[in-house]
Amino acid sequence: MTSAGNWIKSVGLGILAAGSVIALTATPAKAQGPLTVLCGVQEEWCKAIAVAFEKKTGTAVAMSRKSAGEALAQIRAESANPKTDVWWGGPGDPHLQAAEEGLTLAYESPQFADLQPWAQSQYKQSQGRSVGIYAGALGFVYNTELLAKRKISAPKCWADLLRPEFREEIQIANPNASGTAYTALATLVQVLGEDGAFDYLKKLNDNVNQYTKSGSAPAAAVARSETLVGIIFMHDGINQKVNGFPVDVAAPCEGTGYEIGSVSIIKGTKNLDTAKAFYEFALSPEGQATGAETKQFQMPSNRKAAIPPEAPKLEAIRMIDYNFQKFGTAEERKRLLSRWDAEIKAVAK
Amino acid sequence: MPGPQKFAGDVMRPRSAVWLALGWVGFALLPWFAGSGTQPTLAPPSPGPAGSALIDGLTNGRWWLLPAALPLILALVATALPRLHARQPAILLASGAFGLAWTAAQGFAIGLNGWAWGWLGALFGPLPLGQGGFGAGAALTALSFLFLMTNGFAGLGFMKGDRFTAGAIGLVLAAIAAFVFLPVGYVLSGAGDTGTGAFSAAALWSRLAAPDIWRLSCLTEAKACGVVWNSVFLAVMTGIATTLLGLAFALVAVRTGFRAKKLLRVLTVLPIITPPFVISLAVILLFGRNGTVTLVLADWFGIPVSRWIYGLPGVLLTQTLAFTPISFLVMIGVVQGIGPSLEEAAQTLRASRWVTFRTVTWPLMRPGVANAFLISFIESLADFGNPLILGGNFEVLSTKIYFAVVGAQNDPGRAAALGIILLCMCLGAFWVQRQWLGKKSYATVGGKGDNGIPSQLPRGIKIAAYATALPWAAFTFVLYGLILFGGFTENWGRNNSLTLRHYLAAFDLSWGPGGLIWSGRAWGSLFTTIEVAALSAPLTAAVGLLTAYLLVRQRFKGQGAFEFLTMLSFAIPGTVIGISYILAFNQPPIELTGTVTILIVCFVFRNMPVSIRAGVAAMSQIDRSLDECSLTLGAGSVQTIRRVILPLLRPAIVASLVYSFVRAITSISAVIFLVSPKYELATAYIVGRVEQGDFGLAIAYSSALIVLMSVVIALIQLLVGERRIGRRTATPVTLQEKPV
Repeated sequence: MTSAGNWIKSVGLGILAAGSVIALTATPAKAQGPLTVLCGVQEEWCKAIAVAFEKKTGTAVAMSRKSAGEALAQIRAESANPKTDVWWGGPGDPHLQAAEEGLTLAYESPQFADLQPWAQSQYKQSQGRSVGIYAGALGFVYNTELLAKRKISAPKCWADLLRPEFREEIQIANPNASGTAYTALATLVQVLGEDGAFDYLKKLNDNVNQYTKSGSAPAAAVARSETLVGIIFMHDGINQKVNGFPVDVAAPCEGTGYEIGSVSIIKGTKNLDTAKAFYEFALSPEGQATGAETKQFQMPSNRKAAIPPEAPKLEAIRMIDYNFQKFGTAEERKRLLSRWDAEIKAVAK
Repeated sequence: MPGPQKFAGDVMRPRSAVWLALGWVGFALLPWFAGSGTQPTLAPPSPGPAGSALIDGLTNGRWWLLPAALPLILALVATALPRLHARQPAILLASGAFGLAWTAAQGFAIGLNGWAWGWLGALFGPLPLGQGGFGAGAALTALSFLFLMTNGFAGLGFMKGDRFTAGAIGLVLAAIAAFVFLPVGYVLSGAGDTGTGAFSAAALWSRLAAPDIWRLSCLTEAKACGVVWNSVFLAVMTGIATTLLGLAFALVAVRTGFRAKKLLRVLTVLPIITPPFVISLAVILLFGRNGTVTLVLADWFGIPVSRWIYGLPGVLLTQTLAFTPISFLVMIGVVQGIGPSLEEAAQTLRASRWVTFRTVTWPLMRPGVANAFLISFIESLADFGNPLILGGNFEVLSTKIYFAVVGAQNDPGRAAALGIILLCMCLGAFWVQRQWLGKKSYATVGGKGDNGIPSQLPRGIKIAAYATALPWAAFTFVLYGLILFGGFTENWGRNNSLTLRHYLAAFDLSWGPGGLIWSGRAWGSLFTTIEVAALSAPLTAAVGLLTAYLLVRQRFKGQGAFEFLTMLSFAIPGTVIGISYILAFNQPPIELTGTVTILIVCFVFRNMPVSIRAGVAAMSQIDRSLDECSLTLGAGSVQTIRRVILPLLRPAIVASLVYSFVRAITSISAVIFLVSPKYELATAYIVGRVEQGDFGLAIAYSSALIVLMSVVIALIQLLVGERRIGRRTATPVTLQEKPV
């Protein structure tokens, strides 16, 4: 070997090595200025509230949309050195779980008294670590065109879903994968009693053509005429309707459960004051109005906030007194899901 | 080459001296900690040279940084004092190893707030200070230690004393250790977690042996089988289908007189540049219960409408669509490289075309077939998007792992156990591939110009190739026509009136007082995506081809294990990689979350295996005698790579550049946890649109990406160029039989 060859080698390896050094260090994270928020609702709404907050306070918000499970997984993975300040939106269950694991911070808002009772109950359950910002009721979505074509009347009650016309025509998510479907499972247990609920689900299984993985997927399938009926959160169905699909939603007559969309401040945030300001904004009528502005039709939690006309009227829906305390715990969840696996999943095709 | 051959030790010193000097620069002049990540609140390090390990260690109380000077001093003494030259390699090896070990150990042991592990605190008492993540100084110093160590190894006679090879192996191994092993280890170590942080073998066993993973009830009764059987069955089917299709396309493109070869190539590359859910969506619109094809079949032939597409058939179809191009890219390099003179020899010896194909051409194509199958098999195992949308009740490992992490059950331990099973399956596939290929030689590109004429394919094979490739190409064409059309419709599948509004929403431009305003909603994510893809593609190709060179051209102990390690990151579903990257790189010593670097690193190590496979397949065809010839003529291994191997590797370079660029744009699952609000990627944005039901914008954006990627692929082809092998073309030869 000659030294010239060696120098070329040095240069070659050096370039590779320098490449790795540059990759490691040259691109700095941006300074800890803006508030980092994980957002659990639809992207338009995320963007709208970020812009509204920035206009009001002058603080920039870096917003990232994550499904509830992804957000929880990320916050948990980051817990040693949190990079997120606020977790805004998404079903209350995972927020409760985060509170139970001590990933979020207790904080009492001066606007607390203005909130609906269900929003306050989320606060109490989480020991002050989370509070409700909107509610969405569980219900059915169905394809009106297909129903008319087959001359089937729309389902109005849980019991209707067992009708033979709906054989292989119903979709619901797998409760192991989706929080929506777990809410449905827990609701049925509370409406029909545990054994009654599993009897019902066994019969329903004949009518279910697919246990989807995402909670809102049945709504999309109904919109595209892939199935007749879906069990979803009603605002997901209304969303499809607004997008121009021939669908409509209904709330089950026996009573239904609901999710409490929540907001939590992450423990260990480096921007606590800004995080609190965002939390307050999210609870204010002004902040909650951003939902309706972007065609999101959940019920706002602040009694002073305007209710969008498209929103399902919570008074017209027979809401059960959903026991979040019991069904939100990890043990109960595990027990019900194992029973679902053993009795429903095992007989599924 | 000027100058006489020198004594090995003499050449060694200047080279080691360069690394040694860089080590000192990193230790004494550059800031040791990253300036940007989280910094400890107590005694934060100063910026610039004052924050170097030497000064910070002396003045700021971080005494644990100082021992890193020891190996630097030792190596300096060994290099500078002539007396020690005979022992220099051993000293370099020892000091490099010690320096590396110390840097890593102190980095992991001392976190932001003192001891990172409780037992150290119990042993030594509490530590008042903490430290931040590694910065430029630490990275350079560690690199210098690494190369001092490999130089030491080479000096002691390992790798025939070739320091480049030793250094390259060291670099690849260190990179894999840091960016594959470390994160994956974090996740998999949770497999035996009982939920309280304690390890229990019983918990591990009960997770690994769960009946829903292994049951075989689908054979005996009408129930679903365990996920492992589902995954294996799907992966084998996908592997076979994509390999056959890839082979058919390669044969049609290289060995037949097919006219529209260019078009064929474009069509086969289309699926690879499409975000996966777009294909799934198009397939639903064609074959779903309300799909165009379904309705036509029902109307014309009375075939009952069903949901057959949801489940195994749909996933198999979309995976085959998505992975055939990769298999084609691997196969075409191999088919092109087969030396025609061997086939000519066979025909001269009166072998029929069929016998020639069976005994000469086919055996020579085996590395391509094996590598294409392995890639498709593993891709199918790790694929997440298609089973998610089209899986129905058909469960596979990758979706099961995803929902074990993010689903309602929320059991990371279960995800880890499933991840271990998935890894073992990939290991198994890898082992089978090695057994099948054996230790035979597949070299056909030798030093002697091969003046043969590629023989015509036997008739049966040719018909089969056409019959497979052409309908598939037509199908792809229809699908893409639909997708492009979908972007221009008001509401695809529902209201097909034409509109430009989706494109305007995504890519609007307007003039403001300050000049051009990028007012469309997609611009931000598009620019980040292009930046990340453009940065990661060349790095991926470089690391991948270097590794391929080490695997094919060098022989060293533990090569099989080394090869498997390089495949690891590919075999793990993207979501798991994403979570593992947060776990590993969110806190010191390596703190990368929230930066664009973590995206680039993730893409490089995730896409590297394809680059390696393409390189290995192409390189095993190039006869070693070419390297030896170059080495005999006095070139070093770097010059040989640059002047001989690289030009012959052009198809492999194109494949790996294209693949890594495209994957950086289209992959979603790995980065879903890594995108930060600041660095949003196109696919993450598109998936958000799909979830919202806003298919118009999603499809418009995807179409724009497809066009963009086609342009880039064409540019890469143009820049890298075709490989020129001494082959005559069949055209001027009139004696050649006319193809039937």
